[in-house]
Amino acid sequence: MFLLSNNTLDPEEYIKELKDDSCGGYVSFEGWVRDFNEGKKVTHLKYEAYQVLAEKEAQQIIQEAIEKFDARKIKIVHRVGDLQISEIAVWIGATAVHRGEAFDACEYVIDQLKIRVPIWKKEYYVDGDSGWVECHECKKHIHD
Amino acid sequence: MKSIHIQYFAVLRDLTKVDEEQRETNAETALELYEEVRQVFGFDFDSINLRVAVNDSFSEWDYKLKDGDKLVFLPPVSGG
Repeated sequence: MFLLSNNTLDPEEYIKELKDDSCGGYVSFEGWVRDFNEGKKVTHLKYEAYQVLAEKEAQQIIQEAIEKFDARKIKIVHRVGDLQISEIAVWIGATAVHRGEAFDACEYVIDQLKIRVPIWKKEYYVDGDSGWVECHECKKHIHD
Repeated sequence: MKSIHIQYFAVLRDLTKVDEEQRETNAETALELYEEVRQVFGFDFDSINLRVAVNDSFSEWDYKLKDGDKLVFLPPVSGG
């Protein structure tokens, strides 16, 4: 389950979709908007996505995580549009029979999302400047 | 001549000033088409730093273009 949202994320709602009587472990990750990056003070930011391919690639990552770690259900919700400091940019929830698999699946999903899913972040700085952020990990992975 | 639909995102769109275009081209491959639009819009990226998607799936730079294809040149992603 992957969702792009223009609105404030609501983890309480997403957790309901993951509930499963056979699962003993649930792990979630929230990525928050930070007020600085690489020494510059950030005022707000914007995410945009190539929606069709983002959905495909995220669904592929979810499937990989389920198969690799024997996770049961995984949901990813990513914000797009304008975000303010401290808002949730991305939410990931993973369930499994035991906690270990849920931790592993959740970590795999955020790590892969950051390098594979076509979503881009533009930061706006206090000094009036702005710029698209380049993920340092991505360049290394682009030719893997 | 082939007619190719190109969509632009993020740093590339800031340079093209348009989200998408329909381009008539003699380019044979995805790479040749990228080099063509790179000249037009002054993209700073070598193709080695980008990925290409054809018809909403990741593809390769040596992909042979077909009339009516839909291409996207993907800058390094930064979601999460």
